[in-house]
Amino acid sequence: MKRLKSKHSFISALPFLAPSLAGLILFSLIPILASLAISVTGWSGMSRVSLFNGFFAFVQTHFIGLTNYLDIFSDGEVWRVLSHNAYFIILYLPLMLLLSLLVASILHHKSRAAGKYRVMYYIPVLTSWVAGALIWKWLLSPEYGLVNNILAFFGVDGPLWLQSEVWAMPSIVLASVWKDMGFYGMILLAGLTGINPEYYDAADIDGANRWRKYTRVTLPMLSPILFYVIMLSLINAFQLFPQIMIMTKNGDAGPNGATMVMVERIYKYAFRYGRMGYAAAYSWILFIVIFSFTALQNILQKRWVHYDS
Amino acid sequence: MTLRRHKALYHIGATLLAVLIMMPFFWMISTSLKSRGALLALPIEWFPQAPTLDNYFRLFSLDGFSNSIFNSLVVSFFSVAVTLISSAMAAFAFSKLEFRGRNALFMVYLATMMIPSQVLFIPLYLLMSEFRLADSLISLILPTVFKAFAIFMLRQQMLSIPKAYMESPAIDGAGLWTTFIRIICPMCKPGFATLSVICFMDTWNDYLLPLVMLTTKTKFTMPIILNSLNGQYQSEYNLLMAGALMSMVPILLLYAAAQKYFVSGLQVGGIKG
Repeated sequence: MKRLKSKHSFISALPFLAPSLAGLILFSLIPILASLAISVTGWSGMSRVSLFNGFFAFVQTHFIGLTNYLDIFSDGEVWRVLSHNAYFIILYLPLMLLLSLLVASILHHKSRAAGKYRVMYYIPVLTSWVAGALIWKWLLSPEYGLVNNILAFFGVDGPLWLQSEVWAMPSIVLASVWKDMGFYGMILLAGLTGINPEYYDAADIDGANRWRKYTRVTLPMLSPILFYVIMLSLINAFQLFPQIMIMTKNGDAGPNGATMVMVERIYKYAFRYGRMGYAAAYSWILFIVIFSFTALQNILQKRWVHYDS
Repeated sequence: MTLRRHKALYHIGATLLAVLIMMPFFWMISTSLKSRGALLALPIEWFPQAPTLDNYFRLFSLDGFSNSIFNSLVVSFFSVAVTLISSAMAAFAFSKLEFRGRNALFMVYLATMMIPSQVLFIPLYLLMSEFRLADSLISLILPTVFKAFAIFMLRQQMLSIPKAYMESPAIDGAGLWTTFIRIICPMCKPGFATLSVICFMDTWNDYLLPLVMLTTKTKFTMPIILNSLNGQYQSEYNLLMAGALMSMVPILLLYAAAQKYFVSGLQVGGIKG
């Protein structure tokens, strides 16, 4: 980073920075520090606390060191919760990638109808998760839902979906793929549009067929964006929340806790079970998980992503 | 001949995918027009035999529902305004003003994007309670004054504006504010439009923050009222589907009016994660 010759003083820049700087301090930096402090307390959330008046004394009286973190790991629940997040990703990622590649390929086609398809593929992305999750909950209703009635038409006895311990997570995955494929599809489309047509001309001269062109030109050229999409979806997958709250009955995380996930736990420990300190510690574990993936992204990116030029 | 067959295949595949994607919405609309009896009819009615608008009338008679439309509009509108003004000012400072510590400060701004919002909602709730703003719409609007991805995006746009646009007004004796408002901002209109559209959609559809902040029914935003109806009217899907459709209308209208900004917003939408 080159050192700036300061043509303007900080004072003259300050008025422009004031609103965002105030926001940065109040709604980002202070909450980060407060969250760290709360995570080392046994605070239940019941007693009143002020962030600006006697917060330090409050932390001192409730201080329990790293007990929350140790408890989380010795309790064993967190492993189950993380395994649910991982299970979601294992089911979700291949399906989402395949379908969003399909979406991108369809929209990339030079056709007058492509604009119409784009509008339709994008509507789930515009829908709020609450509305989308309500729709899917009803679609997957075992007796009166559309999905099982269509399956019955083909002679298949549909599962209980959200009410079954085995099918609860696949149900969430189904809804999430439907909601997200248009979003990632459009990002991949931008990647497809960016591929230099000369590569295809060269492949034509070599007599490559359609499949060969796709695997030898399109996918390698798309790899930076594909990689970005994978990383983004992984990070988002650890933050899945509204669909769980809406789709499972009373937001109770599915039959026998089959859809307990990180954010759902954090929310419930904080606002339902009255364990604010524990919830704050939980949220920092989520941060570490997400941070590791971001770091991994930076390392791996250099290894196998193919960049043009 | 093969070309025509290929073309037909393309349209069949694309239409099939479109039908699959749109099916849930068809089912939502169809259900929202059903009476309670038709809801539980077997075999299912694809199109309601006796369509009725009763669910919509009932929806609007429910406590807090019409408020929620108003609340969502207020929160979304002011969030967009606050984000645009504050982010444009910050972006101007980070792209056009050369002050000491600029790059370091910008790094701090960007670093906050690493922290997931789930880490911040507990202290944010405490903070708002302390300002006596918890359970108010302001508690949802105020935090949008700092949006790192918005600043990042507008800064990118302003960096592409040649230096001469900064220098000649200065020679004419125009102050920084005049340059910012009269020259730089008008050149960033596409960026503003894109940002407005993504911010509006984000705020309109937001779930976690309003869920944490709001407790009074008349202050709920649309996703939160739907969330509470989901608990209250568990099996009355005709009512719930009417609600879901109502919550989609404004976004669909916005999409119809400003489609190209949604598309350009995607690239940025990715960044914020």
